[in-house]
Amino acid sequence: MTTKKSVKATDSGLRYSLYLSLVLGLIWLGNSGHYSPLLLAFGALSVFLVVWIARRMRVVDGESQPFHMSFRLLAYYGWLFRKIVESNIKVAGCAWRGRSAISPVSARVPCALQSDLSRVIYANSITLTPGTVTVSLDKGELLVHALTESGIAELQTGEMEGRVARLDQ
Amino acid sequence: MIESAVSVLAAMMLGLGSFFMISGALGILRFPDFYSRMHAASMTDTLGTYLIIGGLMFTAGWGLPLFKLTLILVFIFFTSPTAGHALAKSAQLSELRLGGEQSGSAKPGAGGVHSDQHPDSRDLARADRV
Amino acid sequence: MIIATAVALLVVMVMALVRALLGPTIHDRILAVNVFGTKTVLLISVICFISGRPEFIDIALVYALINFVSIIGVLKYFEYQGASAGEGASD
Repeated sequence: MTTKKSVKATDSGLRYSLYLSLVLGLIWLGNSGHYSPLLLAFGALSVFLVVWIARRMRVVDGESQPFHMSFRLLAYYGWLFRKIVESNIKVAGCAWRGRSAISPVSARVPCALQSDLSRVIYANSITLTPGTVTVSLDKGELLVHALTESGIAELQTGEMEGRVARLDQ
Repeated sequence: MIESAVSVLAAMMLGLGSFFMISGALGILRFPDFYSRMHAASMTDTLGTYLIIGGLMFTAGWGLPLFKLTLILVFIFFTSPTAGHALAKSAQLSELRLGGEQSGSAKPGAGGVHSDQHPDSRDLARADRV
Repeated sequence: MIIATAVALLVVMVMALVRALLGPTIHDRILAVNVFGTKTVLLISVICFISGRPEFIDIALVYALINFVSIIGVLKYFEYQGASAGEGASD
């Protein structure tokens, strides 16, 4: 929440508010299952309330709703899911073989990503893959703890970072 | 025919998910220090959860429950790394205060080994090297 | 198979509880409680399907929300307690 919003966000703010209302409305409809006029009115009211509060908190922008990268984000999460499956199998093997199979190691991994959003996506993806956890996120580098040395080595090849960097173009 | 195939798929996903759950819990019990246990916990939160919810989704068929299961899946997908990162960062702060061993990777040589977790001095050496 | 999954989840929850009892540090315990909470979410949804009333999945959804917020809250508490004054207020 440290990012300061620029003034030009106000004209696109309406667009993001509309997107947010649409998403919230869909979630409300899906969760409710009752479609009488009274309940629909309550739903519209609560959506309006939430959007109003979110606008007051100044979190309605391209950072909370990264529509400009939605399709690339889907492709990225598809790739990430494959990584998650692979590393899950590795960590499960380690768990069954016991503590002789692991060699916990922590290291600082350089991170050249510029925008806050892509750095958060990168750190989040590292934490999401079992076997590596982002412990702290500073400017320019991440402190990563890994279950085995190969986890750190894999991050240092920079494949994941490259993919995250391509999201933001 | 298709229905039985779907139920076989659902049963397979539930079984595999249970396997990853048990492996993760085993890791939580067996691994020697806190950060390693976190990796095991993140295993139960990722693939184990996805497979079990996926199996339930195949069991549910079309309808509102499917949508709600999707919501749970998306929610866990986005919150579990956040919780994991918060946990790691909080642990880092607390062990810095205690002069603990894992924090040595942030400030090598700061403070001695204190706690009953395993003092893995190799960590420090590697962190210096990398 | 769905009942086997429920049993497996219960076993996992027991193992997490054992870690919560053994856990040498407070963070081990919080980690175990977090695992216990997410497994509760799954157990509730599995039980909904065992008892044949999938409408009750709402409860699992709400429990997932509460679990996340409570873990973050507990962690914030210990973070403030652990950090030196002002360091915990970094965000």
